[in-house]
Amino acid sequence: MDRRTVLKGLAGMGSLSVASGLSMPALSQGAAARTLRFVPQANLANFDPIWGTQYVVRNAAALVWDTLYGLDATLQPQRQMVESEEVSDDGLVWTFRLRPGLKFHDGEPVLSKDVVASLMRWSARDPMGLMIKAIQNELTAVDDRTFKWALKVPYPKMLLALGKNSTPCAFIMPERIAQTDPFKQIPEYIGSGPMKFAKGEWVPGAKAVFEKFADYTPRQEKASWLAGGKQMLVDRIEWVVIPDPATAAAALQNGEVDWWESPITDLVPSLKKNSNINVDIADPLGNVGSFRMNHLHPPFSDLKVRRAVLTALSQEDYMRALVGDDTALWKPLPGFFTPDTPLYTEEGGEILKGKRDLAMAKKLLAESGYSGQPVTCVVAQDQPITKAQGDVTADLLKQIGMNVDFVATDWGTVGSRRAQKTPPGQGGWGMFHTWHAGADCINPAAYNAIRANGDKAWFGWPTSATVEKEVLAWFDAKNLDEEKTAVKRLNKAALEDVVYAPTGFFLSYTAWRKSVSGIAKGPLPFFWGVSKTA
Amino acid sequence: MVSYILRRVLSTLPVMGIVALFVFSLLYIAPGDPAAVIAGDQASPADVERIRQSLGLDRPFLVQFGTWLWHILHGDLGTSIFTNLPVASMIAQRIEPTFSLMAITLVLTILVAVPLGVVAAWKAGSWVDRTIMAFAVFAFSLPVFVVGYVLAYVFALHFDWLPVQGYTPLAAGLWPWLQNLILPALALGSVYIALIARITRASMLEVLQQDYVRTARAKGLGQRNILFVHALKNAAVPIVTVIGIGIALLIGGAVVTESVFAIPGLGRLTIDAILRRDYPVIQGIVLLFSFLYVLVNLMVDVTYTLVDPRIRY
Repeated sequence: MDRRTVLKGLAGMGSLSVASGLSMPALSQGAAARTLRFVPQANLANFDPIWGTQYVVRNAAALVWDTLYGLDATLQPQRQMVESEEVSDDGLVWTFRLRPGLKFHDGEPVLSKDVVASLMRWSARDPMGLMIKAIQNELTAVDDRTFKWALKVPYPKMLLALGKNSTPCAFIMPERIAQTDPFKQIPEYIGSGPMKFAKGEWVPGAKAVFEKFADYTPRQEKASWLAGGKQMLVDRIEWVVIPDPATAAAALQNGEVDWWESPITDLVPSLKKNSNINVDIADPLGNVGSFRMNHLHPPFSDLKVRRAVLTALSQEDYMRALVGDDTALWKPLPGFFTPDTPLYTEEGGEILKGKRDLAMAKKLLAESGYSGQPVTCVVAQDQPITKAQGDVTADLLKQIGMNVDFVATDWGTVGSRRAQKTPPGQGGWGMFHTWHAGADCINPAAYNAIRANGDKAWFGWPTSATVEKEVLAWFDAKNLDEEKTAVKRLNKAALEDVVYAPTGFFLSYTAWRKSVSGIAKGPLPFFWGVSKTA
Repeated sequence: MVSYILRRVLSTLPVMGIVALFVFSLLYIAPGDPAAVIAGDQASPADVERIRQSLGLDRPFLVQFGTWLWHILHGDLGTSIFTNLPVASMIAQRIEPTFSLMAITLVLTILVAVPLGVVAAWKAGSWVDRTIMAFAVFAFSLPVFVVGYVLAYVFALHFDWLPVQGYTPLAAGLWPWLQNLILPALALGSVYIALIARITRASMLEVLQQDYVRTARAKGLGQRNILFVHALKNAAVPIVTVIGIGIALLIGGAVVTESVFAIPGLGRLTIDAILRRDYPVIQGIVLLFSFLYVLVNLMVDVTYTLVDPRIRY
């Protein structure tokens, strides 16, 4: 009997018990209804959304800091802190005007100088920000509510850059805080978002508390993801970090927490059986599984070896290892972009479709001259997604006759080892596994993993002039048709060069008690519009 | 005695120094990079390098160690790489739950295990003895997390008597405080109860064979008096030793128990810090635990003199 079996069995037993009443310290019914207790996907270990780009930090930051624009459910950037914008005819000068009455949590008004300082810090870290910075003439405050961004060449994706939800988002902070070195942490957590961060109650690794900001003025439009009116219907949100999934499931069933962001797949059936709990897909944009091969060193420096692996790769094997038998949770992905989004394409995806061809893979390997040198496959065992994928890959490589040096380690070690450019035998690596949020793969804007600009590319350092050409073509595209054309070519080129290996598209669940309503599906947990009855 | 205690306290200083050097060296050579964890999955290698530089992790070993030691000598455990909070305040935030858990477990263990061991020795060979020892083997064999899950299912989910997770400070009241600690203490204490019960039984069996026990019986002393006043006191030295050693077990067990019951204590802080490679926090906690362990050993040595007047320092 292993630990996972025990978890499943006990969670299953737990689902049969009827949750009646709370075992937590008593709160009055009104106070209980005004406090939402939420179990986040991970521990909020730091709280600077520019310095640390983990999704959990971004999710918490979206409560505390507002953005100039916000991406809505149709993937379009909409005005948020901005009242109006204007772009010159030549596309070189953007002038923005802030909404009146915006205030920071310390009572100070939000001014253009705060925005300028915030954008300067953001643009030092964000890939799109860096692109803008590289073509920037000046970024200046014109008056208290107006600021101007003058460029050397047009940048059609400006509003997307300012409103995207991929990390780091362009959060607006007071000037004194935003002037912090972007590679150092901010000392205060003052924003102008709908909730204030209760720093005094923060116990990193255990609890983070957010309190309603009385002076927040929501937009009038209906809320949609990061856009629209962020109406807070609870006064207090408590993030309760519960590292053990079985405990989180039990706490949800027992009414000790109200919403569990990411229940593990194994426990979902038992949660579904509980009449007090709702379970649904968390984010329709899902995730893209992947493993990356090191393009700098043999054997994966040889395109034939990379294509051999892709020829044999069965995405179904990977997805079943990740999500089990729940076929609603995955789909094949013969490409790199998120399914059911405007730029999704399967152009060039034949290599990932149909019956897997082990014979062809072996033939390609033989043609490459591969002669059994070890493939250093670095696999983080503390991340269920990487562990499951790593096991499948090890089997895949063995099937096509590769000699696997399976390095089982933790994510912290993978994080540092994958940055090593030395050969695998000298501390480097041959391949590692990861996954990308589907929200980051809807277009090339924040999609570092698809870039193939050699030394500047993401780990694995692929080089492909065609891929880079099409990425730039997307940035320059003036309409959706031009974007689609660029992305089709990009997808094809990235598959031909095997920039990385997509292992499939998968979804995950979220679960909440029926006393909670208003939970929206999306790439992050949105708390506005969420209410609770005692 | 006082000079002995002072000598022992002073002798902890070189021990702490060696521990500090050992821990720092171990973390320095261990694989992993906090900068990579901070930068996140989408960060570029250049970003990771910039963060590493800003944290001073690119400096030579001796410079890093010297700086850290200098701060330690000035009472500064440093600042967490991740939270930007002082390590001392992070430890202070977490110390109450862990110490509460350990204290309740210890009390529970002594109250349950010692009488069980005494009774088992008294009834050696009988069904009572065999039942107690069977329980001990059972408790000893079960992992803490399994005991924890079973207790949570029965007492939290099924009967709804106690909460599944969390911690309420003692300041909020005795019962709320106890409510959150009963199940974790039972889970953590199960192995410890088994261990102490077995040691107590073995030690008592040896003492009960002694002539003075037979003499006591011959003099007509009551069974309770013989067992708990005369025999137990003479059997106490090995029991106290194992209780002391068991503190280390408790520290290790607290890591698992705090994770299962989501108690925000030092055990979870340790795990989180290790996974993230938050070096200052790991170093601070290891130093604290080392100091505690040395202190517990000292207390055990002092306790010997209380239970056995022949022992003098």
